Amino acid sequence: MDTTATGTAHGHVHAHEHDHAHHEELGFWRKYVFSLDHKVIGVQYAITGLLFLLFGFTLMMVMRFQLAYPGHPIPFIGSLFGPENAPNGVLLPEFYNQLGAMHGTIMVFLGVVPLAVGGFGNFVMPLQIGAPDMAFPKLNMMSYWVYFCGGVTMFASFFMTGGAAQSGWTSYPPLAVIAPGQTMWLFGMIFLITSSLLGSVNFIVTIVQLRAKGLSYMRLPFFVWAQLVTSFLLLLAFPPLEAAGVLQLMDRLAGTSFFLPSGLVVSGKPLTVAGGGNPLLWQHLFWFLAHPEVYVLILPAMGIVSEIIANNTRKPLWGYKALVYAAVFLGFMSFIVWAHHMFMTGMGTTISAFFQTTTMIISIPSVIILTAMLLSLWGASIRFTTPMLFALAFLPMFGIGGLTGLPLGLAPSDIHLHDTYYVIGHFHYVVAPGTIFALFGGVYYWFPKATGRMMNETLGKIHFWVSFVAINFIFMPMFIQGLGGMNRRMYDGGMQYAHNAGLLKWNIVIGIAAWTLGLAQLPFILNFFGSMKWGRLVGKNPWDATTLEWSAPSPPGHGNFVTEPIVYRGPYEYSVPGAAADFTPQFEPERA
Amino acid sequence: MEIPYTVEPRPDSGLANGKLGIWLFLASEVMLFGALFSTYILLRVGAIEWPHGELSILLGGINTVILIASSVTMVLAWAQLKMNNFSRGRMFLLITIVLATIFLVNKYFEYAEHFGKGEGPWHSTFFAIYFTLTGLHGLHIIGGIVVMAYLAGPGAGLWKRNPDQFTNRVEYTGLYWHFVDLVWIFLFPVLYLL
Repeated sequence: MDTTATGTAHGHVHAHEHDHAHHEELGFWRKYVFSLDHKVIGVQYAITGLLFLLFGFTLMMVMRFQLAYPGHPIPFIGSLFGPENAPNGVLLPEFYNQLGAMHGTIMVFLGVVPLAVGGFGNFVMPLQIGAPDMAFPKLNMMSYWVYFCGGVTMFASFFMTGGAAQSGWTSYPPLAVIAPGQTMWLFGMIFLITSSLLGSVNFIVTIVQLRAKGLSYMRLPFFVWAQLVTSFLLLLAFPPLEAAGVLQLMDRLAGTSFFLPSGLVVSGKPLTVAGGGNPLLWQHLFWFLAHPEVYVLILPAMGIVSEIIANNTRKPLWGYKALVYAAVFLGFMSFIVWAHHMFMTGMGTTISAFFQTTTMIISIPSVIILTAMLLSLWGASIRFTTPMLFALAFLPMFGIGGLTGLPLGLAPSDIHLHDTYYVIGHFHYVVAPGTIFALFGGVYYWFPKATGRMMNETLGKIHFWVSFVAINFIFMPMFIQGLGGMNRRMYDGGMQYAHNAGLLKWNIVIGIAAWTLGLAQLPFILNFFGSMKWGRLVGKNPWDATTLEWSAPSPPGHGNFVTEPIVYRGPYEYSVPGAAADFTPQFEPERA
Repeated sequence: MEIPYTVEPRPDSGLANGKLGIWLFLASEVMLFGALFSTYILLRVGAIEWPHGELSILLGGINTVILIASSVTMVLAWAQLKMNNFSRGRMFLLITIVLATIFLVNKYFEYAEHFGKGEGPWHSTFFAIYFTLTGLHGLHIIGGIVVMAYLAGPGAGLWKRNPDQFTNRVEYTGLYWHFVDLVWIFLFPVLYLL
């Protein structure tokens, strides 16, 4: 007996040592670079995404100088772009177009989606469902590296002969087929689409298969629901753009005419191609992705905001089931609204009528979600933490973005507003002070889980308030400009048009606000890196939150949970009458 | 750290991780080829005239038979593994690879003939969509061959360690292979006959 006991104990110690040794075996490369751990991959996605957001925003700050002071040399950095792009520091129109096309591409495909889905989804979702990792860790690592290759391809295209893509992020043919720079863009997009595809399969399988014991679908945090719907959109909407990308590549490299109509004349010379193609085909395939993409951008943000709101109001989310059903319906409807981007193409009133109707219908679930979040605030004693400020700002900003979309969804008013700065103002309100604010909120909210340290509240509040004021001075004047008829994508803002005369002065306001917004990110960058080293150390659950990720150590080790998590209740049981604390976590057993 | 349900199905979904994964992947493939078939329809209804009889129905027909046969051998490979018969399972897997390769060789002769006549993808929208659709389908065939060769070759060692997981992998590859076959079943009438 005695020997057996000793033997077992010895064996146990030995196994433990072995386990410990196994952890140490992972060298720097396998631990931080080619890691299979969803948390490391999530952080890789998040940091790469944040860097691309900064880069894409920098492109816009350069463009905003040209718009505010057309023809003036750009101070400080103007000489960096080289004589072929900006002689004497003054942007050339071709280079301006490159910056514009790449700003859109980078912000959407390399910044927001990788941060919202790849970053937050990867890091938070498996923790929230109590899983040890993603269902396919190797596939997860591959998704990141394929995305990384796409990013490198896009970035490198600036340094190729002919420069980067310059036909807008929408890449409408025939221009995109004949303009330089587009081939690299297409290769980059094929990388990014492949990465999203691999990622979305992984996300759906993980959510369906790896939920912890007791975690039924209606006990999932809303963030997980948002990620699930988002993954379905990525899975089913991206392949048509991949097909379109292949077709455009064929047009550019194999001389086909998928998007080139017969008898096309470029610079006075007829194009020597077979013709017979259809430029509208690209628009249909592109928007079949790009409209669901809008919801890919907004749904994870709504997920983040709902988590932060429930936690900081110390109340359950109002209408959890309504939120879930609205998100699912939103996802479904987003597949049949795409042609509302094409009212001006002459596709016919019957088709326009159909897409107007579906567009009006899809606004209903969005309003349900926004209303539920707004009602969650009612009667709460709100904790105004930094993440909560960002989440609170999301509500009116998304509201403005959504409501200004209604006139664009109706063909008669869209005819006036199409391709003006009104459109730019509209979708930026959804994506910039909407989604990106929510993402900042998410960074502040989950930073302690990822690092074990709090971010600084003072720096966070400076970051929030300056950004909040500046960003509204950027996008609010665009509504004025757009209603006045000022067109987007004009190199000098459209100086030659008389109707722009009174509107151009706003470009100076917008420019100053944009550079202020750039400065306002400095406290964030400082806070982000400084808090990794000097932030206040915290325990498992610094926000007194209820969802599963807060039962794991901060930061969670490999395999996430110390003991197998079991779920006993819904996700947002805050301030339950008669409970010991004002939060009852999902993982806390029922008391007998 | 073990990831659950890699081999055995999860009770409430009735699926193992890989099976759900491959079905989702196939759903995205449906959207990919769906977009290309839509392109075909749009180009064709928009064309003033659409060429007929440009392609060899004989070669296309032979390839159709070959692919259907390869789907059958793929199922047999899985069935043999289910019956715990590894060597015959591997044999059927190898036969599938051979059939897939014959398909590609056949396709090569078809392509070569058209290129020889100057009928490349630049020739007309018909040949553009023909080469794009069959080219992408051919890439899927090559992908299938690579996976099957892995399973029959270096990946076969898994049979000794975990026969159930190996059999599952052959099953998932089979699902993919049937999809690739099914795409061809649509491509043949659309491009060769109609």
